Amino acid sequence: MTATLDTTVSLAGALNRALGDALAEDERVLVFGEDVGTLGGVFRVTDGLASRFGDSRVFDSPLAESGIVGTAIGMAMNGLRPVVEMQFDAFAYPAFEQITSHLAKLRNRTKGRVELPVVIRVPYGGGIGGVEHHCDSSEVYYTHTAGLRVVTPATPGDAYSLLREAIDCPDPVIFLEPKRRYWEKGSIDPALSSPGLDRAVVRREGSDVTLISYGGALDTTLEAAEAAEEEGYHAEVIDLRSLAPFDLATVAASVQRTGRAVVVHEASRFCGYGAEVAAQLSETCFHYLEAPVLRVGGFDIPYPAPNLERHHLPDVDRILDAIDRLQWDDSAPLRDGEA
Amino acid sequence: MTTTERTAASYFLPSDEPLGLVFPDGAAADAPALPMPADDVLLRLYRGMVSGRRFDTQATALTKQGRLAVYPSARGQEACEIGAILALRPQDWLFPTYRDSMAVVARGVDPVEVLTLLRGDWHCGYDPYGANVAPQCTPLATNTLHAVGFAHAARAKGEDTVSLALLGDGATSEGDTHEALNFAAVWKAPVVFLVQNNGYAISVPLSKQTAAPSLAYKGVGYGMPSMLVDGNDAAVVHAAVEQAVARAAAGEGPTLIEAVTYRIESHTNADDATRYRERAEVEEWLERDPIARLKRYLTDHGLLTEQVQQEIDARAEDEASALRERMNVDTVLDPAELFEHVYAEPTAALRDQASELAAELEERA
Ligand SMILES: Cc1ncc(C[n+]2csc(CCOP(=O)(O)OP(=O)(O)O)c2C)c(N)n1
Repeated sequence: MTATLDTTVSLAGALNRALGDALAEDERVLVFGEDVGTLGGVFRVTDGLASRFGDSRVFDSPLAESGIVGTAIGMAMNGLRPVVEMQFDAFAYPAFEQITSHLAKLRNRTKGRVELPVVIRVPYGGGIGGVEHHCDSSEVYYTHTAGLRVVTPATPGDAYSLLREAIDCPDPVIFLEPKRRYWEKGSIDPALSSPGLDRAVVRREGSDVTLISYGGALDTTLEAAEAAEEEGYHAEVIDLRSLAPFDLATVAASVQRTGRAVVVHEASRFCGYGAEVAAQLSETCFHYLEAPVLRVGGFDIPYPAPNLERHHLPDVDRILDAIDRLQWDDSAPLRDGEA
Repeated sequence: MTTTERTAASYFLPSDEPLGLVFPDGAAADAPALPMPADDVLLRLYRGMVSGRRFDTQATALTKQGRLAVYPSARGQEACEIGAILALRPQDWLFPTYRDSMAVVARGVDPVEVLTLLRGDWHCGYDPYGANVAPQCTPLATNTLHAVGFAHAARAKGEDTVSLALLGDGATSEGDTHEALNFAAVWKAPVVFLVQNNGYAISVPLSKQTAAPSLAYKGVGYGMPSMLVDGNDAAVVHAAVEQAVARAAAGEGPTLIEAVTYRIESHTNADDATRYRERAEVEEWLERDPIARLKRYLTDHGLLTEQVQQEIDARAEDEASALRERMNVDTVLDPAELFEHVYAEPTAALRDQASELAAELEERA
């Protein structure tokens, strides 16, 4: 490992270091996509890698997302480990067919004989005042597809370890980068063992309610937990990290202790990831639950224009509100569209 | 002429008419634009086409007996399927479509393993690394990008491997074809794109597919030499693919070849081609049969004796009866395997679902 202990870096910097270390350690790894070479990516995640590793390892491809993923599949079939960048969430959609029909399925179609260790990095989500098509939370399109792993780091430490593990993983991984967290600083410690690619972690311990979140919404959730403390609720906060597979064991263990759960994400609520978590918790924790599992998510609208996004994204108040509603009182009228 | 001496037009542009080496009456072209394959190669092409057609008619018969769920016939396209495959070297890779079972078999994959897909037992029955054949691709044109990526990786690793991507005329309208042609040309990837223009994409004729003078023009805008050849002439398909493979292997990048041919049968056994084409048109193409044509040439040149013909026919018949026999066996499938090949290791949820199914099966038994 080239990274040193306890270095403080941004989440984007941690990803950059993970790519650099992976490129240095394994010559089968290569990085390509739009503007990832000379420019170093529009978010600078690949900054300096082309000059360090040469343009046969890190390079700009023609501007075509299906082409990027489709050729990555061919490269992986031939023994390479491509890490490709989709410039923004909604611009990965042209590659959807290659991802769902081939990347996810080739192992299965060939009874395990074709392995595709491909990582697709997708900066996703809002909160940065981006214009149209730059703010989608596209996670469930991928989590619904068997054969894909879907992970999303919320801290620089996780950004480093999850990306290293994703690159080492024999399965294709959709690596969702919460773009509003890119500049968040934190420490990475490559020497410390990671909890694992498909494990959730408890970010804050508490006994009254379990708040489940991931990616861009995690920080808001942690803030809400601090605020809830002032109101007398001890909230536990779980960072899912891996959306597929879903670490039910960690989440259910917490909910069986607290008896109450809220899932928080910025994607639209309808058929959102929270629906799956709520369903699994009601199937496995029904007798422990003091109240229905609630979801706090974005509205069921196309991602709004930048000057309105603050009304769409879940904030601390909305999460606190949900915690209040969990103190289940059957006489309280349900709000339209909630619970 | 070296590459630099050629003008863009003369280098990249396909001919106005399809190039041919052996004409429908068995006569050879007198000023060939491509070299005529050696006599022994012509004989191998002939053998391959006879076997290929017998495989194809056998597979069609298996659909009638309910042994195959579906079969897209390549009858009439033998010159493309066999001509291209015999031009590949052992290390090269084939990226076929659903139509190309004949080519996959000619490449050396066990025909029963090839038909596993169409029998409905599993989505790909063969090991792609066995004969260097990617799984047969159903979504149109997506295989072209896999071929480019594979070839690019081969070059990056210093390996002398060329990818052959097969596609149909309809598939040239898909975005992936254009991305693949562009990536291959920009990366100078060692790829050969062979468009089998069989006249129809299910029911849609070529005239509704493109306004280009020929599909070979599709390569020109991306910066690759493009050829238009007679797809019912195995000699010219073989010569064109062989030349394109050599160019690719020499680091000169991709080539696009359009082979003009015809699909004699319906799109699949489930399709009714009489709804969209006239019998007279089919008759006309039957006159240009790729097997009969090469047979005339070989006979006229004293390369095919009655005895060799009998031996070729007998071998094709033996292969077909062996296939029939092996396909007339009910297969036993293991439902537990459904969960085994989704990820490298089954997830906790998949292990649960495997137990769920096992319990269901036990209950029903
Ligand atoms: C992306 C996609 N769209 C639609 C289909 C359905 N479909 C299967 S074959 C076919 C026609 C293909 O025609 P062509 O490329 O000319 O190949 P041919 O079948 O004639 O060999 C269509 C529309 C498909 N397989 N993939």
